Amino acid sequence: MRDVRIQTDAFDTGAELARLENLPGGAVASFTGLVRDDNGLIELELEHYPGMTESALADLADAACARWPLLGVVLIHRVGPMHPGDRIVLVGTASKHRTAALEACAFLIDRLKTDAPFWKRERFANGQSGWVEAKEKDDQAAARWDK
Amino acid sequence: MITPASPPLSILYFAWVAEQIGCRQEQCAAADEVRGLTIAALLERHAKTSPGHTAAFARPDRLRAARDQIFVSLDTIIGDARELAIFPPVTGG
Repeated sequence: MRDVRIQTDAFDTGAELARLENLPGGAVASFTGLVRDDNGLIELELEHYPGMTESALADLADAACARWPLLGVVLIHRVGPMHPGDRIVLVGTASKHRTAALEACAFLIDRLKTDAPFWKRERFANGQSGWVEAKEKDDQAAARWDK
Repeated sequence: MITPASPPLSILYFAWVAEQIGCRQEQCAAADEVRGLTIAALLERHAKTSPGHTAAFARPDRLRAARDQIFVSLDTIIGDARELAIFPPVTGG
Protein backbone atom coordinates (compact mmCIF):
# COMPACT_ATOMS: atom_id res chain seq x y z
CA MET A 1 0.00 0.00 0.00
CA ARG A 2 1.37 3.39 -1.03
CA ASP A 3 -0.52 6.63 -0.54
CA VAL A 4 1.08 9.97 -1.49
CA ARG A 5 -1.09 13.08 -1.21
CA ILE A 6 -0.83 16.86 -1.37
CA GLN A 7 -3.89 18.56 0.04
CA THR A 8 -5.17 21.77 1.60
CA ASP A 9 -7.41 19.92 4.09
CA ALA A 10 -6.32 18.79 7.54
CA PHE A 11 -5.72 15.06 8.02
CA ASP A 12 -6.43 12.64 10.86
CA THR A 13 -3.15 11.08 11.95
CA GLY A 14 -4.87 8.27 13.86
CA ALA A 15 -7.00 7.24 10.88
CA GLU A 16 -4.01 7.32 8.52
CA LEU A 17 -1.83 5.24 10.85
CA ALA A 18 -4.69 2.77 11.45
CA ARG A 19 -4.56 1.97 7.71
CA LEU A 20 -0.89 1.07 8.11
CA GLU A 21 -1.66 -0.97 11.25
CA ASN A 22 -4.17 -3.02 9.29
CA LEU A 23 -1.37 -4.33 7.08
CA PRO A 24 0.12 -7.70 8.08
CA GLY A 25 3.31 -6.29 9.64
CA GLY A 26 4.49 -5.86 13.19
CA ALA A 27 5.79 -2.29 13.02
CA VAL A 28 4.40 1.14 12.14
CA ALA A 29 6.57 4.28 12.45
CA SER A 30 5.50 7.85 11.85
CA PHE A 31 6.61 11.47 11.82
CA THR A 32 4.21 14.38 12.15
CA GLY A 33 5.39 17.94 11.40
CA LEU A 34 3.49 20.75 13.14
CA VAL A 35 3.34 24.53 12.82
CA ARG A 36 5.35 26.09 15.70
CA ASP A 37 4.33 29.43 17.22
CA ASP A 38 7.93 30.71 17.27
CA ASN A 39 8.36 34.50 17.70
CA GLY A 40 4.64 35.25 17.60
CA LEU A 41 3.93 33.41 14.36
CA ILE A 42 0.22 33.49 13.51
CA GLU A 43 0.16 31.88 10.06
CA LEU A 44 2.37 29.67 7.94
CA GLU A 45 1.59 29.45 4.25
CA LEU A 46 2.90 26.55 2.20
CA GLU A 47 3.41 27.09 -1.50
CA HIS A 48 4.36 24.29 -3.89
CA TYR A 49 5.04 23.48 -7.54
CA PRO A 50 1.94 21.58 -8.68
CA GLY A 51 2.87 18.59 -10.80
CA MET A 52 6.50 18.47 -9.76
CA THR A 53 5.63 18.07 -6.07
CA GLU A 54 3.52 14.99 -6.74
CA SER A 55 6.25 13.33 -8.79
CA ALA A 56 8.99 14.29 -6.29
CA LEU A 57 7.06 12.70 -3.40
CA ALA A 58 6.21 9.61 -5.48
CA ASP A 59 9.92 9.23 -6.32
CA LEU A 60 10.79 9.45 -2.61
CA ALA A 61 8.22 6.78 -1.74
CA ASP A 62 9.63 4.57 -4.53
CA ALA A 63 13.18 5.10 -3.22
CA ALA A 64 12.11 4.13 0.32
CA CYS A 65 10.31 1.02 -0.94
CA ALA A 66 13.38 0.00 -2.96
CA ARG A 67 15.70 0.41 0.04
CA TRP A 68 13.64 -1.12 2.87
CA PRO A 69 11.17 -4.01 2.96
CA LEU A 70 8.06 -1.88 3.51
CA LEU A 71 4.48 -3.06 3.53
CA GLY A 72 3.04 0.44 3.35
CA VAL A 73 3.93 4.13 3.02
CA VAL A 74 1.71 7.12 3.72
CA LEU A 75 3.06 10.55 2.76
CA ILE A 76 0.71 13.50 3.22
CA HIS A 77 1.80 17.14 2.87
CA ARG A 78 -0.57 20.05 3.28
CA VAL A 79 -0.37 23.28 1.27
CA GLY A 80 -2.02 26.67 1.80
CA PRO A 81 -2.41 28.67 5.02
CA MET A 82 -1.91 26.92 8.38
CA HIS A 83 -1.80 28.01 11.99
CA PRO A 84 0.23 27.13 15.10
CA GLY A 85 -0.48 23.57 16.21
CA ASP A 86 -1.75 22.49 12.77
CA ARG A 87 -0.28 19.39 11.20
CA ILE A 88 1.77 20.14 8.06
CA VAL A 89 3.14 16.76 7.08
CA LEU A 90 2.71 13.09 7.95
CA VAL A 91 5.13 10.32 7.07
CA GLY A 92 4.00 6.81 8.02
CA THR A 93 5.73 3.53 7.26
CA ALA A 94 4.78 -0.08 7.94
CA SER A 95 7.07 -3.07 7.91
CA LYS A 96 7.44 -6.50 9.48
CA HIS A 97 10.02 -5.18 11.95
CA ARG A 98 10.84 -1.86 13.54
CA THR A 99 14.25 -1.12 11.98
CA ALA A 100 12.95 -0.83 8.41
CA ALA A 101 9.91 1.20 9.50
CA LEU A 102 11.95 3.64 11.62
CA GLU A 103 14.79 4.09 9.11
CA ALA A 104 12.46 4.53 6.13
CA CYS A 105 10.42 7.10 8.07
CA ALA A 106 13.55 9.13 8.92
CA PHE A 107 14.79 8.86 5.33
CA LEU A 108 11.47 10.12 3.94
CA ILE A 109 11.21 13.22 6.14
CA ASP A 110 14.91 14.09 5.77
CA ARG A 111 14.75 13.81 1.99
CA LEU A 112 11.35 15.49 1.72
CA LYS A 113 12.89 18.61 3.26
CA THR A 114 15.46 18.96 0.45
CA ASP A 115 13.99 17.06 -2.53
CA ALA A 116 10.42 18.36 -2.83
CA PRO A 117 9.41 21.84 -4.11
CA PHE A 118 7.67 23.42 -1.13
CA TRP A 119 8.25 26.92 0.27
CA LYS A 120 7.09 28.35 3.62
CA ARG A 121 6.01 31.93 4.25
CA GLU A 122 5.64 33.10 7.86
CA ARG A 123 3.28 35.81 9.10
CA PHE A 124 3.71 37.29 12.56
CA ALA A 125 1.38 39.04 15.00
CA ASN A 126 3.32 42.32 14.57
CA GLY A 127 2.44 42.40 10.87
CA GLN A 128 5.83 41.25 9.60
CA SER A 129 6.13 38.38 7.17
CA GLY A 130 8.82 36.65 5.18
CA TRP A 131 9.93 33.50 3.42
CA VAL A 132 11.66 30.84 5.51
CA GLU A 133 15.33 30.36 4.57
CA ALA A 134 16.60 26.86 3.85
CA LYS A 135 18.78 25.42 6.64
CA GLU A 136 22.18 23.86 6.12
CA LYS A 137 21.43 21.24 8.75
CA ASP A 138 18.54 20.01 6.58
CA ASP A 139 21.02 19.43 3.72
CA GLN A 140 23.28 17.55 6.14
CA ALA A 141 20.38 15.44 7.42
CA ALA A 142 19.37 14.54 3.85
CA ALA A 143 22.97 13.79 2.85
CA ARG A 144 23.38 11.13 5.54
CA TRP A 145 21.18 8.87 3.37
CA ASP A 146 23.52 9.22 0.34
CA LYS A 147 25.18 5.88 -0.19
CA MET B 1 12.11 25.65 -46.87
CA ILE B 2 9.92 26.06 -43.84
CA THR B 3 11.67 26.06 -40.48
CA PRO B 4 9.59 24.18 -37.93
CA ALA B 5 8.41 26.44 -35.11
CA SER B 6 10.40 26.00 -31.92
CA PRO B 7 8.27 24.52 -29.12
CA PRO B 8 7.23 27.10 -26.55
CA LEU B 9 9.30 27.54 -23.40
CA SER B 10 7.51 28.48 -20.18
CA ILE B 11 9.35 29.95 -17.22
CA LEU B 12 7.69 29.50 -13.82
CA TYR B 13 8.56 31.42 -10.66
CA PHE B 14 7.84 30.51 -7.04
CA ALA B 15 7.99 32.05 -3.55
CA TRP B 16 9.93 35.36 -3.31
CA VAL B 17 11.16 35.03 -6.89
CA ALA B 18 7.53 35.24 -8.10
CA GLU B 19 6.82 38.11 -5.70
CA GLN B 20 9.79 40.19 -6.82
CA ILE B 21 9.07 39.65 -10.51
CA GLY B 22 5.35 40.22 -10.02
CA CYS B 23 4.21 37.16 -11.96
CA ARG B 24 4.26 33.38 -11.67
CA GLN B 25 4.68 32.37 -15.30
CA GLU B 26 6.07 33.81 -18.52
CA GLN B 27 6.49 32.51 -22.06
CA CYS B 28 10.06 32.93 -23.25
CA ALA B 29 9.73 35.23 -26.27
CA ALA B 30 12.82 34.04 -28.16
CA ALA B 31 12.75 30.36 -27.21
CA ASP B 32 14.88 29.16 -30.15
CA GLU B 33 17.60 31.73 -29.39
CA VAL B 34 18.10 30.61 -25.78
CA ARG B 35 18.13 26.81 -26.13
CA GLY B 36 21.91 26.68 -26.38
CA LEU B 37 22.30 28.72 -23.18
CA THR B 38 22.62 27.55 -19.61
CA ILE B 39 19.83 28.51 -17.22
CA ALA B 40 22.28 30.92 -15.52
CA ALA B 41 22.99 32.65 -18.84
CA LEU B 42 19.25 32.92 -19.57
CA LEU B 43 18.70 34.57 -16.17
CA GLU B 44 21.51 37.03 -16.82
CA ARG B 45 19.96 37.95 -20.16
CA HIS B 46 16.43 38.03 -18.73
CA ALA B 47 17.44 40.20 -15.73
CA LYS B 48 17.16 43.31 -17.92
CA THR B 49 13.44 42.71 -18.53
CA SER B 50 12.23 44.74 -15.52
CA PRO B 51 13.47 46.05 -12.15
CA GLY B 52 11.69 43.08 -10.55
CA HIS B 53 13.64 40.61 -12.72
CA THR B 54 16.86 42.47 -11.92
CA ALA B 55 16.19 42.18 -8.18
CA ALA B 56 15.07 38.53 -8.32
CA PHE B 57 18.08 37.36 -10.35
CA ALA B 58 20.70 39.57 -8.63
CA ARG B 59 22.05 36.71 -6.49
CA PRO B 60 22.15 33.48 -8.52
CA ASP B 61 23.63 31.66 -5.49
CA ARG B 62 20.23 32.15 -3.80
CA LEU B 63 18.36 30.58 -6.73
CA ARG B 64 17.55 26.99 -7.62
CA ALA B 65 16.05 25.60 -10.81
CA ALA B 66 14.03 22.79 -12.31
CA ARG B 67 14.06 21.74 -15.97
CA ASP B 68 10.86 19.96 -17.01
CA GLN B 69 10.09 19.45 -13.31
CA ILE B 70 13.44 17.86 -12.39
CA PHE B 71 15.86 19.71 -10.08
CA VAL B 72 18.96 20.79 -12.02
CA SER B 73 21.91 23.12 -11.41
CA LEU B 74 21.90 26.58 -12.98
CA ASP B 75 24.78 25.37 -15.21
CA THR B 76 22.39 23.09 -17.10
CA ILE B 77 21.83 23.79 -20.80
CA ILE B 78 18.17 24.61 -21.57
CA GLY B 79 18.11 22.40 -24.68
CA ASP B 80 14.67 21.07 -25.61
CA ALA B 81 13.04 21.86 -22.24
CA ARG B 82 9.39 22.91 -22.35
CA GLU B 83 9.25 24.24 -18.79
CA LEU B 84 11.86 25.90 -16.60
CA ALA B 85 11.23 26.93 -13.01
CA ILE B 86 13.26 29.35 -10.90
CA PHE B 87 12.83 29.46 -7.13
CA PRO B 88 14.61 29.79 -3.76
CA PRO B 89 16.00 26.71 -1.96
CA VAL B 90 13.05 24.55 -0.86
CA THR B 91 11.72 24.63 2.72
CA GLY B 92 9.00 21.97 3.00
CA GLY B 93 8.30 19.41 5.69
